[in-house]
Amino acid sequence: MRYIITFFILFLNWAIWSGKFDAFHLALGGISCLIVTYTTHDLLFERKQFSFKDITEVIRLIIYIPWLIYQIVLANIHVASLVLNPRMPIDPKMIRFKTKLKKDISLVTFANSITLTPGTITADITDGEYYVHALNKKVADDLLSGEMENRVAHVFMED
Amino acid sequence: MDIISIIFILAGTFFFATATLGLLRFPDFYTRMHATGKGDTLGAFLSLIGLALYNLHDGMSFDALLVSIKIMFIAIFMFVANPTATHAITKAGLDCKVEPWTKKESSQ
Amino acid sequence: MEQFFLAISLTLGCLALLCLYRAIFGPTVLDRIISTSVIGTKTTVILLLIGLLYQRIDMFVDIALAYALLNFIATMAASKFFRVRGSIVPGAKHFKEREDIK
Repeated sequence: MRYIITFFILFLNWAIWSGKFDAFHLALGGISCLIVTYTTHDLLFERKQFSFKDITEVIRLIIYIPWLIYQIVLANIHVASLVLNPRMPIDPKMIRFKTKLKKDISLVTFANSITLTPGTITADITDGEYYVHALNKKVADDLLSGEMENRVAHVFMED
Repeated sequence: MDIISIIFILAGTFFFATATLGLLRFPDFYTRMHATGKGDTLGAFLSLIGLALYNLHDGMSFDALLVSIKIMFIAIFMFVANPTATHAITKAGLDCKVEPWTKKESSQ
Repeated sequence: MEQFFLAISLTLGCLALLCLYRAIFGPTVLDRIISTSVIGTKTTVILLLIGLLYQRIDMFVDIALAYALLNFIATMAASKFFRVRGSIVPGAKHFKEREDIK
């Protein structure tokens, strides 16, 4: 199953990036995609079984993205106001907290979301503990309230 | 269509400018990561969306659509890759034991 | 419209020059890595703008993708190097051992 999904993702990429749709180029792409699929099939998907839960996850991820973009715009306005303020009212500090997320993909999504939302960047994840650098106390408290963590947990069905 | 893409590109350039100013003005390495990690991602994303829209301004031909899809691919790639690079550099800073700047030290 | 693209390209070029200040005089080597990565991001956008100006966007979009990929890989490689080395001070080869002795 994962062979087929990996092959189709690779082949779609080939078709878009080559931009030629005659038989010769498509056959070349098919052969090279087969070779790449055979050698790296365990990189993209670690599991062998797929179920309907995966489709729900993809749909929920697509719903999650617009909220993330809204947060990113807020983050940028926040950083812009800090940069353009002559006194620059920042009080940075490191915080660490435990997370309830388990899967690798949800950990990565949560880390990237933290980096892109106002005033916080992820520095390290070890044994389910996040090390986060926050620009001031308010954004750290916002993060510790756990709203975004619940959203990510909802996307990847861990709640 | 043209006006929308101009607005997108101008907004992207504004966020690029704030990212650069932040890179120059913030006091230490970790706080500079804040400015670049966010400002660059959104700046590139908005500018690329604006360019993809402008590319379609004279008719939705197949070639133009293909190029726009490619530009959107670059935008999505940057959207994933930029925060990852930010984590990598911040982790390098932590492992090299670079001290974070704090407010108390500066007031002493 | 072409003049608008030219103006935006020039603005981005000036911003890249400002980033170059951080790349040359940056206090630590990590600042230099950040600023090169920022310059690379700007260059990707500038490449696409040049493609629109010369009306060869179909060719420049491939170059821009290659540039974005290379920029990402270069940043990851540089940060990984300093993570493994464990020190940003030049010439401190046995930084970790010395700390153990203390």
